[in-house]
Amino acid sequence: MSNIALVDLNKEQVTREPIRKGFGRGLEKAGHVEPNVVAACADLTESTQMHLFKQSFPERFIEVGIAEQNLVTVASGLAAAGKIPFVSSYAAFSPGRNWEQIRTTICLNDRPVKIVGSHAGVSVGPDGATHQMLEDLALMRVLPNMVVIAPCDSIEAEKATLAMVSDPRPNYIRLAREETPVITTAETPFVIGAAQVFESGSDVTILATGTMTYHALLAADLLYKDGIEAEVIHVPTLKPLDETTIIKSLSKTRAAVTAEEAQINGGLGGAIAELAAEHCPVPLKRIGMRDRFGESGKPDELMVYFGLDAKHIRLAVHEVMQKKGN
Amino acid sequence: MPSKLSLKQLELIANDIREDIVHMLEVAGSGHSAGPLGLADIFTALYFDVLKHDPKNPDWRDRDILILSNGHCVPVRYAAMARAGYFDRKELLTLRQLGSRLQGHPERKRLPGLESTSGPLGCGLSQAAGIALAHKMDNILHRYIYVVMGDGETDEGNVWEAAMFAGDNHLSKIIAIIDRNNIQIDGPTEMVLPLEDYKAKWEAFGWHVLEIDGNNIEAVIDACAMAKAIVEKPVAIIAHTIPGKGVDFMEYDFHWHGMPPNVEQATKALQELRTLGGKIRSEHE
Repeated sequence: MSNIALVDLNKEQVTREPIRKGFGRGLEKAGHVEPNVVAACADLTESTQMHLFKQSFPERFIEVGIAEQNLVTVASGLAAAGKIPFVSSYAAFSPGRNWEQIRTTICLNDRPVKIVGSHAGVSVGPDGATHQMLEDLALMRVLPNMVVIAPCDSIEAEKATLAMVSDPRPNYIRLAREETPVITTAETPFVIGAAQVFESGSDVTILATGTMTYHALLAADLLYKDGIEAEVIHVPTLKPLDETTIIKSLSKTRAAVTAEEAQINGGLGGAIAELAAEHCPVPLKRIGMRDRFGESGKPDELMVYFGLDAKHIRLAVHEVMQKKGN
Repeated sequence: MPSKLSLKQLELIANDIREDIVHMLEVAGSGHSAGPLGLADIFTALYFDVLKHDPKNPDWRDRDILILSNGHCVPVRYAAMARAGYFDRKELLTLRQLGSRLQGHPERKRLPGLESTSGPLGCGLSQAAGIALAHKMDNILHRYIYVVMGDGETDEGNVWEAAMFAGDNHLSKIIAIIDRNNIQIDGPTEMVLPLEDYKAKWEAFGWHVLEIDGNNIEAVIDACAMAKAIVEKPVAIIAHTIPGKGVDFMEYDFHWHGMPPNVEQATKALQELRTLGGKIRSEHE
């Protein structure tokens, strides 16, 4: 096991909590720490967990109505006047609908707006494809100046939210709706831009982000029984990517699998493929959505249906191990 | 700023700004002619009378904010800023060239005093709303937020989201000057996507509306003063302007919206502007 303070999945009963709840707590704490923090929402205040901040700081909360273009452009103005605005909606709508406004008035304009995309991924469940945002990581990752963060659980989301307050750049943070196993602890380090080796190994590198990091850890346990020692790297910051940590691991293991609850095109899979191809080409298999939309269903059932689980990560590892051997 | 300039001095400055615009666009070989020329009087009024600003200290904390929402009209802002002393007029001729601070559409980070980055239409008003709201939260009451925007630009949904939001929040420090020149790239606004009843639309969104001749500098100055007296609502000044104003062969012709003059056209335009052609109003009074 790693030296990073994680929950031991073999010994302890795993608790589950929606990642968005950690954001809600973090934002409320941020309100106490930094008076310039303000929050704006597009008619989804409780869903996105901004209600905690709103209760504590009603005079610093702004309701903009169902108007995501206005949400981010008003935020650009708030930031111009010295505020640190957090703006939330479902990821499908923000940054889904208002990408150009984010590009021009936040990224090119270089304003420290914090965009919070909740209910990302297929695990949104019954709402179906329209609300299962899978392209947000790709959309945000191509923007100059933008920082892209996908925490793996509610504890990390809380730390990430507080870290975003003091980051001077535009930030995007991706949150999930459903309860996600809590795998980090208060002691687990979080720094924007740093990938974390959650488990050390020498045979293969599994790079995971967001909700898939838990599944990557489960896969590593399965693989251990198969006689394969997998190194699990949690990549909470997709941009800027922690190239040093990742290349170091790929150079050691010479095989990689990525895992994300998003389109692999342009997501973590895309990012690792770009990095590896340029600096350290190794056999690579990408777990995630493969150029298709989601659909209605129960969250857990959908994760399995789309191959977003430990079993599929394990199979992918066996595939790259075979290629590595040839 | 020094003591107030006379109307005649202001009109001469507007004419100088028009000459600069023609020259800049001719040298750049691309860019928009009609809008910037039509806006010369409004920008003269703003930079040389209305705005509280300091060209030598663009980040002055008590300054008024001017957001140019229709970024393609930025040549008029560059020309006005240079005349006001923000930078040397020689730099105007670098417009749209590699390495220039004067980008084809304004980029805040490149040139002090720009306030925001714009070009893609419909985003200026909501940024103004964000600034006005932040000032309201901080109890800053002495700073006004001016937004210059195009009429065609208000086809954009983002504008009406912002209008509804600013009206609801009573952001009375916002003074939006809408360049009602009736043209956009594909033709007259009322043929592309009709805006009328324009005044009623803004009023319905909770705005106080003034309508003026936007090529009359005195009217622009007076309207901005009147707007400050409205303390309950944001104010929209529908400023009727003549696109291409000051150059006879460009006036009212929507083809000049997105075109620069070539050398011959620029020479003709400059000749016309330099001889004034009876266009200085105060000369007749």
